[in-house]
Amino acid sequence: MKYVVCLKQTPDTTELPKITPEQALAGNEGATLVLNPWDEYAVEEGIRLKERFGGETVALSMGPESVDQALRSALAMGCDRAVRLWDPSFADSDYWSTALILARGIEKDGGADIIVTGKMSVDGNAAAVAHGIACKLGIPLLTQVARVVDVSDGRITVERLLDEGRETVTAPLPVVISVVKEINEPRYPTFIRIRKASRTPIPVLSAADLNIAPEEVGQAAARVRWTHLVKPEPKKRQVTIIEGDTPEEKARKLLDYLMDVEKVL
Amino acid sequence: MTVVVWVDHHRGQVQPASWETLGKACDLDSSVVAVVIGQDVQGVAEEAIRYGAGKVYLYDDPVYADFRFEPYVAALMDVIQAEQPVLALFPGTTRGRDLSAAFACRADLGLAPDAQDVQIAEGKVVARRPVYSGNMIAEVVVETTPAVVSLRPRAATMPEADPSRQGDIVRKGAILAEEAIPTKVVGFEQTETGEVSLTDARIIVSGGRGVKGPEGFEPLRELARVLGAAVGASRAAVDAGWIPYKHQVGQTGKTVRPDVYIACGISGAIQHQAGMRESKIIVAINKDPDAPIFQIADYGIVDDLFKIVPALTEEARKRLGRA
Ligand SMILES: Cc1cc2nc3c(=O)[nH]c(=O)nc-3n(C[C@H](O)[C@H](O)[C@H](O)COP(=O)(O)OP(=O)(O)OC[C@H]3O[C@@H](n4cnc5c(N)ncnc54)[C@H](O)[C@@H]3O)c2cc1C
Ligand SMILES: Nc1ncnc2c1ncn2[C@@H]1O[C@H](COP(=O)(O)O)[C@@H](O)[C@H]1O
Repeated sequence: MKYVVCLKQTPDTTELPKITPEQALAGNEGATLVLNPWDEYAVEEGIRLKERFGGETVALSMGPESVDQALRSALAMGCDRAVRLWDPSFADSDYWSTALILARGIEKDGGADIIVTGKMSVDGNAAAVAHGIACKLGIPLLTQVARVVDVSDGRITVERLLDEGRETVTAPLPVVISVVKEINEPRYPTFIRIRKASRTPIPVLSAADLNIAPEEVGQAAARVRWTHLVKPEPKKRQVTIIEGDTPEEKARKLLDYLMDVEKVL
Repeated sequence: MTVVVWVDHHRGQVQPASWETLGKACDLDSSVVAVVIGQDVQGVAEEAIRYGAGKVYLYDDPVYADFRFEPYVAALMDVIQAEQPVLALFPGTTRGRDLSAAFACRADLGLAPDAQDVQIAEGKVVARRPVYSGNMIAEVVVETTPAVVSLRPRAATMPEADPSRQGDIVRKGAILAEEAIPTKVVGFEQTETGEVSLTDARIIVSGGRGVKGPEGFEPLRELARVLGAAVGASRAAVDAGWIPYKHQVGQTGKTVRPDVYIACGISGAIQHQAGMRESKIIVAINKDPDAPIFQIADYGIVDDLFKIVPALTEEARKRLGRA
């Protein structure tokens, strides 16, 4: 069995508010970059699959050299290998181009039985790349996966989390699964693993290696364009602190405001 | 110009965001075609007409009983072929976002997920969508026709249903035979117990570490019942195991924009704010006057939530006359 975890490097969430539109458009956010928080669950699940069903787990990311750091976090958690996909022509790729690059990278690495992704990236917020990978590879996709029940006889059985309940679904391998937080508790890397990960070479596959022409990806192929980026105008809020001698008095005053002034109850 | 709108329902129970999305499509001054996919969902198609669809494609067959990408994408490809719309609009519900992405990639179309607004200007679809976890708004021009957009729940107003509206229902069956569909649904366990869902809620009562334990959510649930509200939570409360993850509001939880968000014992960390900052009115109940939540609140009560919340419940019960 072979598992490939697709992961993205994203700005540290505490620094997201500081990023300016200019920085974001220039693709240089000036923030500390970390493994996308949602992808920690994907990495953990990729490792657990290996522990449960045997095989190897490979961490894969499309991005520039700085992304090696996120891949090293995945290695430190327990992935066996890491591969990075990069070429200057890959910059500014939209979701489907990113998915194409990842799909070609997976094929070039010899394919996979189970491809694991996170739910979404904290910067792009698309929740679309997993769908793209499955589409480009022409294999089934299972989203909102909260538990891998079993992998046997060439099929995977998972529980998906719906708004209305839990659904059990099976699909033949190879498959793409995108996982939600509820699936596991990501482990902390051990000191020894961190040391080992820091020395592990990470091969890079280029556009030529992946047989991708420049017009298939990047700006050239973009099906959507981000024209303007703005900071949301923070709603002007002036807090009214409700005073009173008793909780009952405060409760009454608050309800007066909500019902009579704001008319929202 | 035609806009196609997919209607999200679970076994015939329509997600309200579907009608908001349909209403938005009607505002775009185009002919609105709804797509209803499921089993025994004629009633949903009729409802779509009452909410403004001029025409409904009804894919009604046992292969559509459960939401699965393969048959649902095939049905959408079929509609797009027939209607050549400028825009395929989806409610930004979990299924709506999933399906719009799978469909858009399959049809090689540009996608703008989770938009707050969408417009058609000179034949081009332009969407505004939050990125960087709500810390920035991007204006996105979709370069393909049709464009694919999912619209965030509660971003558009709920239209009025009008029983006198007329429209055509185009009946369709299975595009893919069951044998051609690799994924199989083998079980379903209902966990929803008629609670108000967070993303649709007009009012949310939310609890954080300040509620101190699983039983600390009881008074909040009581208030929520009286107000007809949903119950939310901070990650601290979810991580402590006091309440399931589906209640989590914030960057790694749900993004909500109710009319009223009542934060009880929540400090207001930046990641929590990312999920609730857009609420119309924010009420904070916290013992600590310096808690950051007060900086984004409209109304604040500096006090013990275990005193204030029951008092609110009592008072609201009197005024709203509800159990
Ligand atoms: C990558 C990442 C993602 C995250 N995603 C999310 C997310 O999606 N959602 C989220 O919420 N957090 C998220 N967080 C966590 C966030 O940073 C905070 O740790 C969390 O929101 C704190 O929760 P809290 O406000 O309940 O707890 P605390 O910060 O501990 O605040 C508890 C508050 O309760 C008050 N209090 C205590 N007792 C009482 C009482 N009796 N009456 C009234 N007030 C009382 C205290 O004064 C305090 O202000 C994320 C963090 C990271 C790093
Ligand atoms: N550049 C990338 N390299 C590898 N995986 C990615 C990349 N971008 C997105 N992903 C994966 O796709 C998931 C969804 O991301 P997104 O569609 O950007 O919200 C992420 O959680 C990752 O698992």
